[in-house]
Amino acid sequence: MEVSKSDALEIRVSDDVVLVRQAVRKWAIELGFSLVDQTKIITAASELARNTIDYGEGGTVRLESLIDGFRKGLRLIFLDNGPGIADIELALTDGYTSGKGLGLGLSGARRLMSDFRIESRVGDGTRVEITRWK
Amino acid sequence: MERIPILRMGDFLIISIQVDMHDRMAMTLQDDLTNKIIQTGAHGVLIDISTLDMVDSFIGRMINIIASMSRILDAETVVVGMQPAVAITLVELGLTLSGVRTALDVEKGMELLRAATRSRRAEAEEREDGSVEE
Repeated sequence: MEVSKSDALEIRVSDDVVLVRQAVRKWAIELGFSLVDQTKIITAASELARNTIDYGEGGTVRLESLIDGFRKGLRLIFLDNGPGIADIELALTDGYTSGKGLGLGLSGARRLMSDFRIESRVGDGTRVEITRWK
Repeated sequence: MERIPILRMGDFLIISIQVDMHDRMAMTLQDDLTNKIIQTGAHGVLIDISTLDMVDSFIGRMINIIASMSRILDAETVVVGMQPAVAITLVELGLTLSGVRTALDVEKGMELLRAATRSRRAEAEEREDGSVEE
């Protein structure tokens, strides 16, 4: 698997969520994703970008265009140095929230993407990696 | 700050969301709308989202809140013009727009609001008639 293009964006304030959505849309279009797939990727990115601010005290997202043989993909890696998640299974439960949201961000993003990986250490931060293959 | 305009048409308020809303804008819209319902005594709110290319849990939650607040203030809410890709994504995300009426376009949405206010008026009249007889 080869990363054909990559970039990183800061996620600090709520306006950055809009910028992340716009960047992800541009990349998804470039890779030739269908409209439905574009919408799924943008929505997942929006959820995770907001989580980065609301729960991770801000962070970054790394965008990567992937080529794996004949297939293409878009990978997004959200990183923060926030308080981390003590119970990942619980955080991935539909409807569970430690804040004031609907509790669909993480679980919803997982359903919308092909691959979903999350690592978190309490006191260290959280890393969420999502990929959608074409 | 950028604001989403709220138009009045007879008994109804009309909002067309045509920008990629950041979170603060969504919060302002909630406030503006409740104030406007009280000011005008409107009985229906129509939200056109035909140009929105994604609805994440934040915007979904905003729509739910607007609908519940409107109901308390004696106004029905109808969301119109959702793009197919947005609808597909919304379902996969796990978001339900509970208690929110939807219609395919503005025209059908207006019909729905008119019918809702008519039936409500009829109910109110029936109740009044009933109390006279007693």
